[in-house]
Amino acid sequence: MLKYLLLILMLATPVLAVQPDEILDDPVLEARARVISKVLRCLVCRNENIDDSNAELARDLRLLVRERLVAGDTNQEVEDFVVDRYGEFILLMPVFNLSNAMLWFAGPILIIVGGRISLVFIRRRSAGSALSESLTDEEQKKLDAVLNA
Amino acid sequence: MTAELGHFALILAFAISIPQIFIPMIGAHKDWNNWMRFAAPAAIAQFLLVGLAFAMLTVAFVTSDFSVKLVVANSHSAKPMLYKVTGVWANHEGSMLLWITILTLFGATVAVWGENLPPSLKARVLSVQSMIGAAFLGFILFTSNPFTRLSQPPIDGNGLNPLLQDPGLAFHPPFLYLGYVGLSMAFSFAVAALIEGKVDAAWARWVRPWTLAAWIFLTIGIGLGSWWAYYELGWGGWWFWDPVENASFMPWLMATALLHSAIVVEKRNALKSWTVLLAILAFSFSLIGTFIVRSGVITSVHAFANDPERGVFILAILAVAIGGALTLYAFRATQLQSTAVFSLVSRESGLVMNNLLLTVAAAVVFVGTIWPLVVEIATGAKVSVGAPFFNIAFTPFMVVLAMILPIAAMLPWKRSNLKRIIQPLWGIAALSVALGAAVWVMQTGGRMLAPVGLTLAFWVIAGAVADVASRVKLGKAPLSESIRRAGNLPRADWGKMFAHSGFGLMIFGISAIMAWEFEDIRTVEIGETFPLQVYELRFDAVEGIQGPNYTAARGEFTLLKDGVEISKLYPEKRNYTVSGTKTTEAAIDQSLLRDVYVVLGDRQSDGSWAVRSYVKPFTNWIWVGVFTLAFGGVLSITDRRYRVAATARKAAMPAVPAE
Repeated sequence: MLKYLLLILMLATPVLAVQPDEILDDPVLEARARVISKVLRCLVCRNENIDDSNAELARDLRLLVRERLVAGDTNQEVEDFVVDRYGEFILLMPVFNLSNAMLWFAGPILIIVGGRISLVFIRRRSAGSALSESLTDEEQKKLDAVLNA
Repeated sequence: MTAELGHFALILAFAISIPQIFIPMIGAHKDWNNWMRFAAPAAIAQFLLVGLAFAMLTVAFVTSDFSVKLVVANSHSAKPMLYKVTGVWANHEGSMLLWITILTLFGATVAVWGENLPPSLKARVLSVQSMIGAAFLGFILFTSNPFTRLSQPPIDGNGLNPLLQDPGLAFHPPFLYLGYVGLSMAFSFAVAALIEGKVDAAWARWVRPWTLAAWIFLTIGIGLGSWWAYYELGWGGWWFWDPVENASFMPWLMATALLHSAIVVEKRNALKSWTVLLAILAFSFSLIGTFIVRSGVITSVHAFANDPERGVFILAILAVAIGGALTLYAFRATQLQSTAVFSLVSRESGLVMNNLLLTVAAAVVFVGTIWPLVVEIATGAKVSVGAPFFNIAFTPFMVVLAMILPIAAMLPWKRSNLKRIIQPLWGIAALSVALGAAVWVMQTGGRMLAPVGLTLAFWVIAGAVADVASRVKLGKAPLSESIRRAGNLPRADWGKMFAHSGFGLMIFGISAIMAWEFEDIRTVEIGETFPLQVYELRFDAVEGIQGPNYTAARGEFTLLKDGVEISKLYPEKRNYTVSGTKTTEAAIDQSLLRDVYVVLGDRQSDGSWAVRSYVKPFTNWIWVGVFTLAFGGVLSITDRRYRVAATARKAAMPAVPAE
């Protein structure tokens, strides 16, 4: 009894991420669909891409992506298509534009500025002191000679 | 009674925390010994009272006291005992109580084990610690009381989110909190040192064990969390760059930087003001993390606006703590001049590079995490910053870090000749590249990830071993001499080897799973066998089972290789009856070489079942790496120089009569 009850229950459960029936026959197209699915947000989920999501909406989006691919769209065209419909929010990787420039440049700018500051700091630490970079080879030879004598 | 007792204890703790801020601080300023001595007993009393409150809440959960609102909302009488206990901190109010319990615990450790600290520093540290304590006790009492009673208790509770009913997650929050609340110690020491106007090698030696302890717990906490995500959240993802994950990862990166810069202060009396700044920033990131998780601000600005009381309170704490500490820093940092000199090629420079890369990496995570918020406030537009962004923006820093690590780690202090230091590493570098090239040739796909990852992993691990090998003159001196030297090597050096190797092992695990994961999605009839990479998987049966608080459909699979049975796998689809939530439980056949990961999907209309299965190569090395990292930390914290400090203290301590 329990078993049958369960099986009925199971039929009512939400669909899982990528279903066997969604998969395209053409493995190249399917692979592209998977790549695109990984950068599209499931809009009703919390920080989940449509490839991983169990939500109905994610399934609809996965089917939409595949539909566009079968129709001959490039990856970029598919992304543009969904962005047109759902807004930029759907992209898990923000596009590079003027308003997002600071996001993309934050790392490079910080490493350049920080690197510059560190270099000046280290230079100041080593300058003005009796420390030369290191012993020259000749000095090392002399030292070795003294030590080994 | 218990709930009232807990509430009363919290109020008392709050009442003690206020004088604990002022009396020791004034005492330290005026050099009044008896005022300074107030700090230690107050800190211990604060911990005992908060601990009592925590115990009372635990009693309420364990005994399923449904007159307490929090218990009703988060527990159920049919829940297994373990999850009744973990239910205490699996909610907002309880987790804040755990937070403050750990905060006061760290305060108490300074009170009890801090006899060797100068009295004025100890008094100031405990005073600053109590400022944080008072702020959060106020937060709990005024906005998040866990002990609220219901006038009409229901018959039973609402249960706990089934996803959270898992042993991996049960211990994840305590470890995580021990970690990022533990960083409050570094913060208090830094602020106290700024007030004193003195940072020296001794200061670094005192602050390091606490920072190291916090870092070890944080490492384990994050590791447990990602392991839980791996087997519980569906498809075997182990890191999602979720704001909540980032909230714990940013303090970890900063704490890692702090550990390294504190070595420079301790050994060379340099980088002092930077280290103090890092200590402040590390805990600031903990506070920001608490704010992110507790206010709901990242999920949506609107969620925050609907219940602004808590968010605004934490934001105020955040502003005062970070703003105050940084202002103090701005005034006092110039006093922390160091005189030590070192050249461009030296371990000091190497550690500066380490700090630069780790802090910039943390900053990138921070910018990415708050970016949606910034854009929404500035323009009203909604954008997402997810895993694809972080993978691109964050990874380069770790790659560079891995590249320079073995070289920098072998550099001596002060100055060195790069050519001579690099010499023993040439062979390893060549081997690493050869290994990467071999992998590139052997693998069929053209992805560069695996070859690069493997090259780096081998380079880091072999470099860490080579460092120790050269320290003990392995191969250069007779074996007996090397063994003698190995025995004399400080534990911190072994700790360094293990921690760096752990980093290498993680790189290995991460690049292997990202490059070589094999996935199969299909519908399968009961009795059918299908190929899975080099294995075959047979779908034997599905049966209904009854768990303690759920019902489930359990699939039975047999994993075969060339027709020989390797193991049985039992993935489940669970239905938690109380909440009506459904979860999938993946079945995993684990080994160090590969995980076979099977998830049971839906039953199809024709009677077959959707099945997702994966072969995930070398995945477990990610967590082996995490625990090797943590083990390195444990070796370091037990280093002789800290133990010597401990014995010196014991000798100085008068005998305590037995109770």
